Order: sequence, then structure tokens, then C-alpha cells
Amino acid sequence: MDISFKNVSYTYQPNTPFEFTAIQDLSIDINSRSFVAIIGHTGSGKSTLIQHLNGLLHPTKGEITVGRFTLSANQKLKEMKELRRNVGVVFQYPEHQLFEETVAKDIAFGPKNFGVEQEEIGRRVDQAIKFVQLPEALLERSPFDLSGGQMRRASIAGVLAMNPQILVLDEPTAGLDPRGQEDMMEMFYKLHQEKQLTTILVTHSMEDALKYADKVIILNNGTKYMEGVPAELFLDKQALKKVQLDVPEVIEFLFEFERKFGVSLPYQKQSVSELATEIADRLKRS
Amino acid sequence: MNNTLIIGQYVPGNSLVHRLDPRTKIVIIFFFVFFIFFANSPASYGLLTLFAITSALTTKIKLPYILKGLKPVWFLIVFTFFLHLFVTKEGEVLLHIFTYPIYSDAVSQGTAISLRFFLLIMVTSLLTLTTTPIEITDAIESLLHPLKRINFPVHELALMMSISLRFIPTLIQETEKISKAQASRGVDFKTGSIKDRMQAIVPLLVPLFVSAFKRAEDLAMAMEARGYQGGEGRTKLRQLRVEKRDILAYVLFVCVLIGLFFTRS
Ligand SMILES: Nc1ncnc2c1ncn2[C@@H]1O[C@H](COP(=O)(O)OP(=O)(O)OP(=O)(O)O)[C@@H](O)[C@H]1O
Ligand SMILES: [Mg+2]
Repeated sequence: MDISFKNVSYTYQPNTPFEFTAIQDLSIDINSRSFVAIIGHTGSGKSTLIQHLNGLLHPTKGEITVGRFTLSANQKLKEMKELRRNVGVVFQYPEHQLFEETVAKDIAFGPKNFGVEQEEIGRRVDQAIKFVQLPEALLERSPFDLSGGQMRRASIAGVLAMNPQILVLDEPTAGLDPRGQEDMMEMFYKLHQEKQLTTILVTHSMEDALKYADKVIILNNGTKYMEGVPAELFLDKQALKKVQLDVPEVIEFLFEFERKFGVSLPYQKQSVSELATEIADRLKRS
Repeated sequence: MNNTLIIGQYVPGNSLVHRLDPRTKIVIIFFFVFFIFFANSPASYGLLTLFAITSALTTKIKLPYILKGLKPVWFLIVFTFFLHLFVTKEGEVLLHIFTYPIYSDAVSQGTAISLRFFLLIMVTSLLTLTTTPIEITDAIESLLHPLKRINFPVHELALMMSISLRFIPTLIQETEKISKAQASRGVDFKTGSIKDRMQAIVPLLVPLFVSAFKRAEDLAMAMEARGYQGGEGRTKLRQLRVEKRDILAYVLFVCVLIGLFFTRS
């Protein structure tokens, strides 16, 4: 499903002293099946933006289309539930949404609300728990007995079980250990490819954006600051610095390398260790 | 959804009213509320209304905003007026609404009672609009201090108040967040039968309670870790002090009260 924002603005608590415009005249296009990263420093409006994707927030101005659904300032969408079935949102710290007696019931909660049949729900629960790499023995435990990381995985499984076509992730790895972060991102990427999802990732990690995204959108104070292919966008160190963002480690390294040795290595999605091997190979050959 | 305003939510500012000692504000409002019931002539009501409106204007908060904040009670005010209008049967008949007689006393009483009600709520909301919850608690603790002699747990009461006040916005935020997460999973809080809606509350309440208890536990732990052991010998970070402006406020208020007794009929 294609997504497009046309001149969207959103104002919190309009007509009060607390009035705050979190998004201003924003236009973006996201193609079906692409992986898009949304970056921006704290308070730039990322979470506000993604809450428009399944109609949790209604634009104050402008229009949003998600597949065949249209959300606009003065119109109520009748098929809100249908839209929400198609757009799965993993919120910042999603473990706060767990409430059922058992993990299995909690994962089944979404599909049940959307009227999925009992047998199919069972299948989806099994699938989802495998996908997030939790042992099946946990299914009958109370979600409140799990560790923080396990709770995170269980709540993500609850969103995946809805079988959404668009998956929205709001800093899904915040607060996990480095290894867990990497595993989880790999997991989302695999899902993205296998199920041909449209994935929208809000992240503070330039590394993740560089590694997984087809397109990066950088927000600054509620407006679009930059947009493009990550490997190209991240070359503009000055522009990034202006909005308090850093260049990813690998790119930084390539810059430094060129400055010191006068050799320019092309960036081809290598990780730091792959890059090290590549340089070692070159040294051996020369 | 985004209308999370509560009556009299604190609006930061630097007006004279904002800077008054919170005790001054509480004392004046307390007596104002008390003396509203002594007003009985148009002039005395006019005087009190003038005082209330002037105070409101001094806060530099926009008047329409203050009035809009009273939205939940407007209904009650209007309702009171009409109740009196139709029920009171004294004085002379002013006019007929479809053969139903409306008496002169009904109009004046209805106006008086709803005006009282309005002034009462407006002035009290001025307190919360211009005073942070922490200041209010400090003031209450200080005002209730004499009760310590009869072993009334003043400090504990104040602490309880300030903790609950502190967590109201947090709970509201949390509620909003969880209800959004559950709405994304297909919960419908707004339509459906009463029974459906009751059931929709469970996925909201359970996480809310869980996190509230967890917060309380964390807070208790943090307080203990930092050596909190009750009010005995504890000094204050924010000292309350009576300044010239407070004296001025008291003097003005006493003038209004004297005026009130001259304008009474
Ligand atoms: N309910 C609300 N009422 C008023 N203002 C709000 C509300 N929610 C968010 N804001 C404001 O809107 C702005 C954007 O918030 P948002 O949550 O979208 O930021 P973000 O980019 O997700 O930040 P972070 O990286 O910290 O998650 C912030 O300045 C915030 O203070
Ligand atoms: Mg956010």
C-alpha cells in the first residue's frame, strides 16, 4: 500500500495556551513495500507523524492517503477499523500494552478484535512467537512475569499477529542490549522481505537507517529537512550536523580514511568488519 | 482525544497573581467563597463580580480560555438558573411562556444563585490556574501547621497530596498512550454497545494499574534510598515568604469586604 502525506500539519491542544504545532506542512511519499527510516532529534515530531498512519491522530490541515483510505482534516473515516487492521504499529516501549492473563491470549488479542477465526488465530500466535524468538513455553505464562526484553518481544508478537501490510516501528529497540537490538532489527528486516511489508522505522540509530532503509526522511521541528537514499544523504556531514545528527560510523570511517591516505573506498553497504577485511585484502594485493 | 485539559490546569506565567504567596491566594479565596453568601443586592453582586474579573484579568491569562476551562460546569450553572426560573413561585408574574407563568423573584433568585456558583468556581480555578500543585501543597502544609499540636499528620497529608498531584498528568499521559496502543490493536472505545465498551476498558485499566503500582514502588524505593524519613527536622527548598504584594492583596480584599457590607441591602 502506498502512503502519501499532502501538506499535513498537526497541532496539539489548539486554541489554548499550550497550543503546539508538532508537524507543519509536511509532504512525503512512501512506496508500497519500501523500507523507510524516519530520523530526527528528540521532539522533532516523529511519533506524531506515525500516529497519523492508522488514524490515531487526525491531521489539522492537509490530507493523508494510505492505500485506498483517505484521512483529511474535516472528514471522518468510516472504515477506521479496516485501516487499523492493515497498519500495525509498534509504539515506543510497547510492553505497556500487555494486559492479558497469558502471553498467548495477549498475542491473540489483536486478531480477535479484527474478527479472525479461532483456528487461524492459533496459527498466527504460534507463528508470531517463533518470529520474535521467544520459547513456546512462555505462551502460558503471565506477561508480567517476563523479563523486560521478553515483554518487548511478546508485545511485538501481538502486533505481528495482526498480519499487517504496513508495519510501523517507533524506536522498537530502545532500551535493549546491543545484541538484542541487532537481533531485533534483523528480525524486522527478514519479516519485511518475507511478507513484502511496507516498513516505517523511527530510529535514532543512523547505523540502522543506513543498513536497512531504502529511503530516509529527516525531520526537524516538524518539517521535512532532508529526504533520500541513505548512502547519499549521509555524505552531507554539514547538513546533518545542523540538526544534531551524526554521520554513521562506517561513513565517518571512509571519510577519515580518504583524508589520511588519499584512497577513496566506495560505500557498498559494508559493515565495519567487512570493511576491515576489504582494506586488509587491498593491502595484501598492493 | 487531544482535549486533555482539566479545569484550572496550571498555566505558567509571571503576573502579579502568579507571584503572590500561595497562602495569600488560598486565604483570600477561602474568605471570598465564604462571603459570597452574604451578597444580596445587585450592587454587592456587582462588586464581587468586579473583584473576580479584575483578578482574572491580572493573571494575564486570556479570559476566554479561563471561561472555556469552566466548560464542564457551565451546564450546572445554566441548569441551576432554569431550575429556579421554573420552580420559584413568588413575586409578581412577569410573563408567560406558553401559559406557564414566570415570576419576578424566580428571575432574580435564579440569576443570583447561578452567579454565586459561577463566581465560586471561577475564583477557585484562578488559584489552580496560577499556582503550581507543589506551591498549593506547601501552602496547605504551612496553613495547617498549628494542627500539629493535636498530632494531626500535616506533613504526611501534604506529601500524599503533592505525590498524587504530581502523578495526575503522568497518569493522563499514560492513559492516552495505552489507549492509543490498544486502539491500534482493534479496540474500539467510542462505538458499540455499553457492554462492549465496558469490556474495552479492561485492556486500558490493567496496564494502567500495573504501571501505577510499579511507579509507586519505584518512588518509595527512591525516597528511601535518598534517606527520606518523614517531616521531622526536614528543611524546605522553597521558603514561603509574605511580601509587600501580599499585604497589598490583603488590603484590597478587605476593602472589597467592607464595600460588600455597605452595598448589602
Ligand atoms: N499530547 C501532547 N500535547 C502537547 N504537545 C505534545 C503532545 N505530544 C507531543 N507533543 C509535542 O510535540 C512535539 C513532537 O513530539 P513527538 O512525540 O512527535 O516527538 P518525537 O520526534 O517522537 O521525539 P522522541 O524522539 O523524543 O520520541 C514535542 O515537542 C512534544 O513536546
Ligand atoms: Mg517519539
